[in-house]
Amino acid sequence: MTVSPTLDARFREAAAAAGLLDVAYDLAETPIGTLLVARTDRGLCRISYDPQPEREAESLAHTFGVRVLRAARSIDPVRRQLDEYFEGKRTEFDLPIDLRHQAPFSRAVLDRLARVPYGHLTTYGALAAEAHRPKAARAVGTVMNRNPVPIVLPCHRVIGANGSLTGYGGGLERKELLLKLEGALQPALSDAPPAAPSPPQFDV
Amino acid sequence: MNVSTGHFRRPRKQSSRGLKAAPQAVPPFESFYEEHRDAVLRELRRLVGREAEDAYQETFLRALRAYGRLKHADNLRAWVLTIARRVAVDHYRRREVAPVVVEPETDSRPAYAELGELADGLPHKERAAVVLRYGYDMSYAAIGAALGSSEDAARQAASSGVRRLRRRLGGERQGPGSPAPADNHLTTSDEFSLTQRPRAETRRMQ
Repeated sequence: MTVSPTLDARFREAAAAAGLLDVAYDLAETPIGTLLVARTDRGLCRISYDPQPEREAESLAHTFGVRVLRAARSIDPVRRQLDEYFEGKRTEFDLPIDLRHQAPFSRAVLDRLARVPYGHLTTYGALAAEAHRPKAARAVGTVMNRNPVPIVLPCHRVIGANGSLTGYGGGLERKELLLKLEGALQPALSDAPPAAPSPPQFDV
Repeated sequence: MNVSTGHFRRPRKQSSRGLKAAPQAVPPFESFYEEHRDAVLRELRRLVGREAEDAYQETFLRALRAYGRLKHADNLRAWVLTIARRVAVDHYRRREVAPVVVEPETDSRPAYAELGELADGLPHKERAAVVLRYGYDMSYAAIGAALGSSEDAARQAASSGVRRLRRRLGGERQGPGSPAPADNHLTTSDEFSLTQRPRAETRRMQ
């Protein structure tokens, strides 16, 4: 006897609505592949490229608590904003982000990162300087690499001082695609970007 | 409510010849749910039939409420089936609850209070079946659900419990074969948190 999709969905929704989850997650289809999107009651806590849901669930449970459940409706707002972003209709995300488990330096860097506007580029060194650690470009690279919520926190807008794309957690092709989507790659870096948006909300 | 015994404490170390079985870490709820949901639905269909879907949701919501406090993951199947059975019992109890009737003055205590004591000394299953049937006026289907057995087995247990009581009480106070007196006092079984008032007309065993 198997559980019908309706019954299954009803339970998942009820669980989320009752506030009983440490983490709700679901997969989201985007032009750059399937993403796993997860949130806590404080906000968005993870976006993963090429996810292996079981491993992700383990890791989320380890960080946020074992009550991790796939619950499609819970991440609908994120899904919607991602769709708009990929359609070119959204230049900033309006989503709270749960960074409570980030170390202070990472949090400071991610906070700066959140202010890099759509279509703009910055460098690891510049972010390090903004976080008052001008020599920590390499450490900033590590923070970018471990960015819990890529795309929404735009680590794709961070490149090497020599103008090379350097690297990206989701693969360089994706970094390139995102920057092209934002019109940041061509023509040159110095091109005028759109008006600077306000940074996303944080809940840290 | 503590929905299980044992799962909220770390299991005792099972050591034999120096081998320690480490308690299993609690998996993400998602894996737990995926692994046991079919079995839970099957059990609930057996216990409450067409109303299994509501009971299914209630079972996993209860499990979820307690899940964050689990200390180990040993035998989660048994744990969640226990919750399912309790949900089934509550479900029957809700359905069968009767308006409180003013009871005759002869005895101010409810029938189940008398019956528990009276039935002390019966084998476990028979005692439970007798108390639930005659003290609480539960149906045999509901008793079966409570005891994790079938309706027939519940009927069997109640009737052999009554026979045993008759033999015993008959020897003690009344003629053989006469029904048990209703003025004995007893406490409720600690296995079932029985709290509802029984129907007045079922206060005597027949």
